Amino acid sequence: MFHFILRRLASAVPTLFIVVTISFFLMRFAPGGPFNLERPLPPATMENLMRAYHLDQPLWSQYLQYLKNAVTGDFGPSYIYKDNTIAELIGKGLPYSIRLGSLALIFALVGGVLVGTLAALRQNSFLDFLVMSVATTGVTVPNFVVGPVLLLIFSLTFSLLPGGGWGDGSWPFLILPVITLGLPQLAVFARLTRGSMIEALHADHIRTVRAYGLPQRVVVITHAMRGALLPVVSYLAPCAAALLTGSAVVESIFTIPGVGRYFVLGAINRDYTLVMGTVVLVAVFVIVFNLVVDIIYGLLDPRVRHD
Amino acid sequence: MTDIPTTIVPPEETRGRSLFQLALIRFRRNRAAMAGSIMLLLIMLFSFVGPYFISHSYDQVFPSYVAVAPSIEPLPKADTLGDVLKGVATRARVELREFAIEDNGFTATIQSDKTIDPRTIRYFDRANEFDNTQVVATEDDGRTLKVSGEVNREYFPFGTDTNGRDMLARVMLGGQISLAVGLLASLVSLAVGVTYGAVSGYIGGRIDNVMMRLVEILYSLPFVFLVVVLVVFFGRSFILIFLVIGAVEWLDMARIVRGQTLALKRREFIGAAQALGLTDWQIIRRHIIPNTIGPVVVFVTVVVPKVILLESFLSFLGLGVQAPLTSWGALISEGAAKMQSAPWLLIFPAIFFVLTLFSLNFIGDGLRDALDPKDR
Repeated sequence: MFHFILRRLASAVPTLFIVVTISFFLMRFAPGGPFNLERPLPPATMENLMRAYHLDQPLWSQYLQYLKNAVTGDFGPSYIYKDNTIAELIGKGLPYSIRLGSLALIFALVGGVLVGTLAALRQNSFLDFLVMSVATTGVTVPNFVVGPVLLLIFSLTFSLLPGGGWGDGSWPFLILPVITLGLPQLAVFARLTRGSMIEALHADHIRTVRAYGLPQRVVVITHAMRGALLPVVSYLAPCAAALLTGSAVVESIFTIPGVGRYFVLGAINRDYTLVMGTVVLVAVFVIVFNLVVDIIYGLLDPRVRHD
Repeated sequence: MTDIPTTIVPPEETRGRSLFQLALIRFRRNRAAMAGSIMLLLIMLFSFVGPYFISHSYDQVFPSYVAVAPSIEPLPKADTLGDVLKGVATRARVELREFAIEDNGFTATIQSDKTIDPRTIRYFDRANEFDNTQVVATEDDGRTLKVSGEVNREYFPFGTDTNGRDMLARVMLGGQISLAVGLLASLVSLAVGVTYGAVSGYIGGRIDNVMMRLVEILYSLPFVFLVVVLVVFFGRSFILIFLVIGAVEWLDMARIVRGQTLALKRREFIGAAQALGLTDWQIIRRHIIPNTIGPVVVFVTVVVPKVILLESFLSFLGLGVQAPLTSWGALISEGAAKMQSAPWLLIFPAIFFVLTLFSLNFIGDGLRDALDPKDR
C-alpha cells in the first residue's frame, strides 16, 4: 500500500510537468498580454513593466525560470492584483472554497446516495419516478439559474436567509450556496446509486443473505451498499476536485471570496501567473483525489489490490 | 388406422431479427425514450423551421415595445394609441388636434403655427405602431394636416427583451445555436475519440501505453477552465467554441472505444480480415469502428447535454456567442439577472433548455437499455 502511494505520487510529477508546460505555452501563444490595456501605456512604462516581470526575455528562459521557481513553491507575483503573490491570493481564497466545497460534497454524497437507494428499493414506483425526475432536473438546470431562484425565494421574498456574502461563515450564509453548488452533483450521485443499487440487489450473494433471513436494513446497508458504492466512489474524484477548487458561478452569485473567480478573472485579464497558479491548483487536486479514490476503491473492493 | 392429413400446414415463416431491429423494438417500447425523441424532434423543428413562420427576425429592435410581457393579444393595445400619437406629435413639434382609431388604421389632425412640411409625417412611420402614413387633406395653407395611416399589429407571444427584441425569435435562434454547438462539438469529440481509441486499442503494446498515458495526463488538466482560457485568448467565434468543447470532451470516448476494441481484436472475423491481407487502417475503419457503435451512440447522448451545459456556462461568464447572436445559455443568464422585473426572459428559454436536456437524458437511458446485451 505504501509503495503504491509512493509510486502514484512519483508519477504525478511528470503529469504536473506536462500540465504546466501545455498551459504555459498555450497562454503565451495567444495574442494580448497582461499590460495591454484599453488605453495603451507609454512605451517607456511598458518597457519597464516588461523588464520588471521578466516578460522581455525569450520565452524559453521565462519558462525555465517559472519551472525553477515553481519547484521551490514560488508561483510569482500577480500582474493584476498588485502587491499580491499567487500563493497569497490562493492562500486567502482557498479556505472559503474548501469549506463551501466540502459541505457541498457531503450534502451531495449523503443526499444522493440516500435518495438513490430509496429509489432503487422502490423501483418503478411513484417515489422512484419522482426522485429520478427531480434528479434529472437537478442535472439539467444550470446553477446560475438555481442560485438566483433560491435567492429570490429565501432572501428576497421570505427574508429567511442572507442574500449572499460570507458573513462569519455560519450556516445561514452557507446554506444557499451549498445547495446551489451541491445540487447537480447530488443528482448525479442519485442516478449512479440507483443504477448500481438495482444491479447489486439482483446479485447472487444478496439472494443468499436474503435466504438467511437477514432483515432488509442489514441486507441493504451491509451487503448491497458495498458493491453499489463502487461507481459512486469513482465519480467522487472528479466531483471533489471540481467542488473544492471553487466555482466561478456560485462564488459570483453569492459574492463569496473564494478561488473560483480567479480562474475566470485571471484568464480575462491575461494574468499569466494567476492562470498558471490556478491550473496547478486544480491539477494537484485532481491528482490527489484520484489517489484517494483509488485507495478507497481498494478498501471497498477486495478484488482490487494495490501492491 | 389413423387419418393422415393430406395437407401439411407449413410452419409459419419466422424471420430472424437483426440486433439492430431488436434494439429498435426495445427502444420503441420504452415510453420515456419515445416521448423524449418526439419532444426533441419538435424542439428541433421549432428552432430550425420556426423562424420561417414568424415575421420578426432575432435582431429586429422594437423601441416601442421594450420588455413587453408575453401575451397572445396583438400589440399595440387600442387604449394606448392615443398616448403614442401624442408622443409622436411632440417629437414632430406639431400639435395634435384630434385623432381617431379604427380597426386597422388611424386618422389624426395635426396643427402648427407655421406651415407643416408634409415630410413631418415620417415621424408617424418611425413609431413601431404606425405604417404607411399619408396626408389626406391640407388646410389653413398647410398649417393643419389631416393624416391617415395603418396601425401595425405585432404579436409577441413570448414577450420582448429589454432591448425590444422578440423573445420568440430569440429563443428559436438560441435553440439553433445551442443545438448546433451541442451536436457539432459531440461530432468533433466523436471523431477524435473514436479514432484515437480504436487506433490505440488495435495497435496495442507500447503505442497503446503511451497513448493512454497521454489521456491520463490530459484528464488532470482542468478542462472547463482550459475552455475558458482558450475562448478568452483566441476570441469568441461560434466555430471555436464548439471545436474547443469538442476537443476537451473526447477523452471518455477514447477510453470507451479502446475498451471495446481490445475485446473485438480477439474475435475471429478480425483474424479473418487480417488473413485476407487487409491493412490495419482498413480493419479499424471497416470492422472495428462499426462494431463499437452501440456504446458510442449511448455516450453521444450523454455528451450532447454536457456540451450544451458547458456552452451555457461560457455564456454566463460572458464568453459565449456574441450579440445579436444568442444561445439558450446566454438567454437564461440574461433572464436570471432580470428575473424579478421580467420573469418571462428566464422562463421561456429555461423551459426549452430543460426540456431538451430531459429528452436527451431519456433518449440516452432508452438507448442504453435497448443496446445492452445483458438485459435482453
